[in-house]
Amino acid sequence: MPEPHKPPTPPQRAAGGVGTSPVRPDATAKVNGAFEYASDLRADRMLWGHTVRSPHPRARILGVDTAAAEAIPGVAAVLTHADVPAAKHYGLIESDQPVLAADGTHYQGEPVALVAAEDLETARLAAESVKVDYEVLEPRCDPRRAVELGEVFRHQPVRIGDPDLTEPAVVVTREYVVGMQDQAPLGPESGLAVPSPDGGVELRVATQWLHSDLDQIAPCLGLEPDMVRITMAGIGGAFGAREDLSVQIHMAMLALKTGRPVKMMYDRAESFLGHVHRHPARMRYEHGADAEGRLLYVKAEIVLDGGAYASTTDAVVANAASLAVGPYEVEHVAVDVWGAITDNPPCGAMRGFGGVQTCFAYESQMDALADELGISPVEIRRRNAVSQGSKLITGQLIDAPAPLADMLGRFTAMPVPAIAAERDAADLPGGFGNTTRGEGVVRGVGYGVGLKNICYSEGFDDYSTARVRLELVDGEPVAFVHTAAAEVGQGHQTLQAQIARTELGVERVELLPADTSVGSAGSSSASRQSYMTGGAVKAACEAVRELWTERDLADGPIEAVREFRHRETKPMDPVTGQGDSHVQMALCVHRATVDVDVELGLVKVVELTAVQDVGTILNPVALEGQIHGGSAQGLGLAVMEELVMDEGRVRNASFTDYLIPTILDMPPMRLDILENADPAAPYGLRGAGEPPTLSATPAIVAAIRDATGLPLTRVPVRPEHLVGTP
Amino acid sequence: MNTQLKDPNDVSVGRTKEMFHRPTDIEEAVSCLAAHPGAVPIAGGTDVMVGVNYRRLRPAAMIDLTGVVELREWSDEGDAIRIGAGVPYARIIDDLGGVLPGLAAASRTVGSPQIRNRGTLGGNLATASPAGDAHPPLLAAGAKVEIASTAGRRTVPAADFYTGPKRSVLAESELIAAVIVPKAAGPQQFLKVGNRGAMVISVCSFALSLDVEGRAVGAGIGSAGPTPLRATEAESIELPWDKSGPLGDETVERFGALVAEAARPIDDVRGTAAYRRHALAVCARRALLRAWKELLCDWN
Repeated sequence: MPEPHKPPTPPQRAAGGVGTSPVRPDATAKVNGAFEYASDLRADRMLWGHTVRSPHPRARILGVDTAAAEAIPGVAAVLTHADVPAAKHYGLIESDQPVLAADGTHYQGEPVALVAAEDLETARLAAESVKVDYEVLEPRCDPRRAVELGEVFRHQPVRIGDPDLTEPAVVVTREYVVGMQDQAPLGPESGLAVPSPDGGVELRVATQWLHSDLDQIAPCLGLEPDMVRITMAGIGGAFGAREDLSVQIHMAMLALKTGRPVKMMYDRAESFLGHVHRHPARMRYEHGADAEGRLLYVKAEIVLDGGAYASTTDAVVANAASLAVGPYEVEHVAVDVWGAITDNPPCGAMRGFGGVQTCFAYESQMDALADELGISPVEIRRRNAVSQGSKLITGQLIDAPAPLADMLGRFTAMPVPAIAAERDAADLPGGFGNTTRGEGVVRGVGYGVGLKNICYSEGFDDYSTARVRLELVDGEPVAFVHTAAAEVGQGHQTLQAQIARTELGVERVELLPADTSVGSAGSSSASRQSYMTGGAVKAACEAVRELWTERDLADGPIEAVREFRHRETKPMDPVTGQGDSHVQMALCVHRATVDVDVELGLVKVVELTAVQDVGTILNPVALEGQIHGGSAQGLGLAVMEELVMDEGRVRNASFTDYLIPTILDMPPMRLDILENADPAAPYGLRGAGEPPTLSATPAIVAAIRDATGLPLTRVPVRPEHLVGTP
Repeated sequence: MNTQLKDPNDVSVGRTKEMFHRPTDIEEAVSCLAAHPGAVPIAGGTDVMVGVNYRRLRPAAMIDLTGVVELREWSDEGDAIRIGAGVPYARIIDDLGGVLPGLAAASRTVGSPQIRNRGTLGGNLATASPAGDAHPPLLAAGAKVEIASTAGRRTVPAADFYTGPKRSVLAESELIAAVIVPKAAGPQQFLKVGNRGAMVISVCSFALSLDVEGRAVGAGIGSAGPTPLRATEAESIELPWDKSGPLGDETVERFGALVAEAARPIDDVRGTAAYRRHALAVCARRALLRAWKELLCDWN
């Protein structure tokens, strides 16, 4: 008689379980090139879809003539606004974005028409042959002007105390600018739509939130939600760029119209125009402090450019407002954040989500205060640091560990690296350009601290769903885990398997493809999936374990579905900004050491050390990857990454001219990871993907200031800013 | 859903034999070019295919040069190296670093390893972008471009080759056969300014070539004018060739200023005209100081 399979009690530290770094399920295929990205999808009888886009930031559409395009052999369909089956608009928060432009366009690259053809080249030719009669209008590109005119997606004030009643010993006032950063995922927007025999459509697409896509796609197609089935496709990075829809409705329309599978894949230039960007920001900050450097008040006016459509600007504004002073205690605050409506490209989600822009400003302000008072950058931060029991400027109590002063202190044990006697070109500013062998090079050191909210805020019903089935396969218990959580490269699939191993004591875990046949997992955004889908998988496993105690697994599979919710949050008060709007707060501290070629204005970051409190380490390798990656994107914003705009037009929609850091630009990182558990979170974890993106940028710019003595109030810092030429 | 791995033919431009030619020698290649107006020669494809993929280029036909052996070889001609137009940067780096240090240094800054494996010197000239990395060292060294057509061969000094942004003296019926680069007769330097440690288009670049016996200076400028430029005024600067010691600050300053003056930069997304002039002066000064230091080491 076989041994009955019994549940583990209590859950053990299992091999490949929580706290370990098992090999990712997609690792081998990604290394040997066999991984199927969304851009690799194919189907029999497949057509290629292509998008006709407006070249003008603002124009009236007087007519669209599709006859020439339709006449091209191999063209199967040409669709315009009139062909959108049902709802004509979609959007993440507000349905304000046309599926295809009707009367006018409001940003460069706005989709106007669609074509499907037998091959990509024919589809491109046909797209060029669609004649759109535009009346070109002057675009409205100045976000401050938009605010003056009241053209905003949201205005969020925060008011506590009265800054004007304080008596500061020192006041620093500066204006800061953050350029438009792009997520620059290496995989372009791609997907495949296949019409189903029942009149519905199956979509395979690389996205961040399958169910949010579904909620936006189905109404536009005029289909019941169960007629639209979405499966996650292999993704090549996201970083927020895939929260908004791109190819989804378009390829579904073409597939339903032609009755054939349709693939769409943007090229690089189209990708830059086809997704939202990080909001550029103009920020005026005034900090008042006493003679010891303790903050008395902060005033801030922050204008974020939301561009032409709402996307997630509403939530980005809320983050910028609630996080406007960073992780510092201050009793008198007057903050205003506006999300402006312009004819610039729509801006929305990007890693850091409203926290990045303000972090550059408030950290620069802390350095300016320290400078005025003659105290060190670490000391000014230590004197104002929040801790458990502090309140955010929204009045929300920080009720979990937030040991900022301790984190700042840990750098003394990690000294700044010495200047090497022999330096390779790779170690110097300008790199292999051979511009310096030490000539003109000056070193500087700087610090940055970031505070980021984890999970969705402001009363959003944020939940995730997991279905876990345990059954015997060849006499061995195997856990089947099914969620709709988007694996965006962060390693969430690996984590789901780790949790199942820990909770169920099994070795084998099979992950079912993420799709819409299971409940929503919410978005792979806001550093929330470990918390939310991790929490859901844990809860479902616990339920299975409970059922397992009552019977033998040999009698049949045991299955449980669980929804997991984090604690309730509240909207910010529209006048005072007060309210417990956030779930969890996360801190990261960076120190950067830079070598600046002060004659050429080139920067080499030679050290980037991070101290981050993650509550509990669930997967050391994946976690380190997140901190490295977030820091790299922060480095990019500090010294190179910007979509350059000219009257609503993107001037550098290519990887030739939109530069992102390579491995050569990133120094090897030293990480000091703290584990002060959050008792409210699964396993005590704290979301970790975003915080490093905030603090890396101000740390690097502070280091460049230290080297050059320049004020540097704009990122990215460009070479001409450092050498003083126009 | 029936899916499979990627098929590179998805985005191919030519499908018929009339559109694709693969000659095996230069004579066949130029005949082919003459017979097919609008045909585009392709070697590494690192420029041509980007143009095709972005629909800036729709060649009527392509002439694949990778089968032409003469184009894939370099030879020692005594005072000079003759580099076949189809020699990739990786070979220049590996094989010619000793005799052509300036060109090899510039080749090291081209793109990524993959690009350096495929991209060719002939392609850089045929594209004639002012930002092409090979141009400044060719100008500084006084290289010549050998051009073939059905009418025979002609040779054009690099300084006369470029006529405008992405324009050259190359006629549609002509093919670049080789580049003849005098062997280094003294220290050579190449400095390229870009806002990333590698894999970056130059904001500006500068090449210096010193001919010790001939007491001559060569100075080439990249990415700071409608074409790659020679800094002829700077080239005529007086240097203490009589081994009298280090360069005076005034000489170095003047050299930098003359190089900056020779530039004709514009403001674009990669940098401003003012920055480019400034950076060129810095690069020219550093190049001269480094080269002179090398000379002093040789002399002592």
